[in-house]
Amino acid sequence: MLEVKNLHVSIGDRKILDGLNLTVKNGEVAAIMGPNGTGKSTLSYVIAGRPDYEVAEGEILLDGVNLLDMDTTERANAGVFLAFQYPLEIPGVATMTFLKAALNAQARARGQKELQTPDFMKKVRDAAQKLGVKQDMLKRPLNVGFSGGEKKRMEILQMALLQPKLGILDETDSGLDIDALRVVAEGVNALRSKDRSFLVITHYQRLLDYIKPDTVHVMARGKIARSGGPELALELEKSGYAEFIGEAA
Amino acid sequence: MNLPATIRTRTEAETALIEAFDATEHLLRGACDLRAAAMAHFSAIGLPNRRVESWHYTDLRAMLREAAPIRAPDSFTLARAHELLQGPGGQTHAIRLLVLNGAYRPDLSDLADLPAGVAVTSLSDELVAGDPEVLTALVGEGQGGDDAVVALNAALMQDGIVVRVAPGAEIERPLALVNMMSGGAPHAAFVRSLVIVGAGARVRLTETTTACTPAATQANEAMVLKIGDRANVDYVTRVFAQGEGAIAVHSLLATVGADAHFNAFCFMPEVGLARRQIFARLNGRRSNVRFGGLSLLRGRQHADTTLVVEHVAPDCTSREFFRHILDHESTGVFQGKVVVRPNAQKTDGAMKSQAIMLGDDAVMNNKPELEIFADDVVCGHGATVGQLDDDQIFYLQARGLPREEAESLLLEAFANEALDLIADEKLRARFIDDTKAWLAQRGAK
Repeated sequence: MLEVKNLHVSIGDRKILDGLNLTVKNGEVAAIMGPNGTGKSTLSYVIAGRPDYEVAEGEILLDGVNLLDMDTTERANAGVFLAFQYPLEIPGVATMTFLKAALNAQARARGQKELQTPDFMKKVRDAAQKLGVKQDMLKRPLNVGFSGGEKKRMEILQMALLQPKLGILDETDSGLDIDALRVVAEGVNALRSKDRSFLVITHYQRLLDYIKPDTVHVMARGKIARSGGPELALELEKSGYAEFIGEAA
Repeated sequence: MNLPATIRTRTEAETALIEAFDATEHLLRGACDLRAAAMAHFSAIGLPNRRVESWHYTDLRAMLREAAPIRAPDSFTLARAHELLQGPGGQTHAIRLLVLNGAYRPDLSDLADLPAGVAVTSLSDELVAGDPEVLTALVGEGQGGDDAVVALNAALMQDGIVVRVAPGAEIERPLALVNMMSGGAPHAAFVRSLVIVGAGARVRLTETTTACTPAATQANEAMVLKIGDRANVDYVTRVFAQGEGAIAVHSLLATVGADAHFNAFCFMPEVGLARRQIFARLNGRRSNVRFGGLSLLRGRQHADTTLVVEHVAPDCTSREFFRHILDHESTGVFQGKVVVRPNAQKTDGAMKSQAIMLGDDAVMNNKPELEIFADDVVCGHGATVGQLDDDQIFYLQARGLPREEAESLLLEAFANEALDLIADEKLRARFIDDTKAWLAQRGAK
């Protein structure tokens, strides 16, 4: 279970999160919606442990353990996975090499055995096939020359391999055509389980047609302005965000 | 005010080098006139220093406090040499040609494996015999003739290997020139090798230096490479200066004929103080040359790559691609000069130097230069100095990689893009392993 309590975050002199509270239960898919510039991506980065942000106050608890006491690597090993809005290109690092390094690093951190190469290859191939990730992509340097859709599939492939406790999807729908969106959403749905929570950050209802959320939260001005069920997303689609900006202010 | 070099005070090292020549002149075999002229030049200009433009960032005069004796210490055992040659660095896939403490050793070389079309002799034997081809080739076209270290090498060259590859010969196995120093105590070696590649021949060369036991060795090595028309030459050097206080200067003097391919790479990991200097001249049309290198430095190590590539003939292509990884207080130098002579129309030249700085006190000196005297050419250069990308590191850490491992992965990728220029797969794999070991040592601290 993820509990974000009274989170205050700034970058330089700019305050971005202003006392944000949020709870996501095990097995729950929570959608975070809201207009541009309200701190949705900041929330995802701060949970994952990006170093540029200053956390003035608050806690982020994953199963009762404060993530803010951990560095980025430790959070990943504790089960946090951030699917990036803009996945980084890493020239010179073969995708397979990277996937193996990540899987083995997490296995080591949890005191598990590292995968043998044939088992690893099989695991990756199976997961890749389900997500329509071509074998050729796995041989290329990580994300280099990948299309927007390919990059997002690669993110979901990594999530499928790493099996996190908490999956954060930061605008995973951006830059995807409708077919790619369906494949990516199916990949996420296949990972839904009673032990795994998701934070799905999006501007649009469209993604939520494919990934049905249990709860919907509207973020405005650095905090949750309103929470509700899936019907809230539909309502937003009709009325827009203007009133929520007003509400938060 | 600049004082004429001849009247400034000589350093101890300069005096010792001049005295070493006087004392051993009778032992140095052959090419007396060449040696005497080179020594006279050295005596006049002394060791290179900050005031010599091409040595501005590597002040050898200040750095070389003591000139080590040329004679190797007696503690050396042949058994240790054998052990090293059999080791993982032994390049067992190659045909080994060995120089031990400045003397060519046919008894430790794989002469029985030499294929048809390759002839190997000792430089000092050739100098004594006074073969005009060798004497002319050794002076080459006067490239690097002004350079004090090249002059010192010409004056004091003890021995070396002369390789002749017959026209049209295609040599399958690489020829590995190994310069072995006994180490243990400081000593110097002056080695000059000459490789003449006949027209249309194809050959792969590697040149490495090693010490049986770590020591403040001083290696002054020169390779004269004469590449004939339509020849295809791959040449990989590993410059070695691994003991505390060790120094190495390696000079390549190369001339390239027409329609030839020349691919040269230099690996400089863990060097105390090392300089690789390249003087290359493209004399024939439509030739294609590529120079690459990778230096891995930490502590107070210092590696300098200085090259002058002269396009004399038209229609040639040259590429230079060098990378440095600099940790702690280490210093990297890249000085690349591409000269396009008036006749060298349609020259296509591109030079790139890139460095990653890991240490706050590391220094990278980049000095790319173009001197163009022809009007129809395409030439460019680029130099970048930067740090590891924080966003990339965050991405890798967000997948569970510890920071050190994330850094190593990125650095390995950076290094491998340079090592990819090495055509010999086995050698490339070895250097990739060496790079991994270097990075692992970094992570272990």
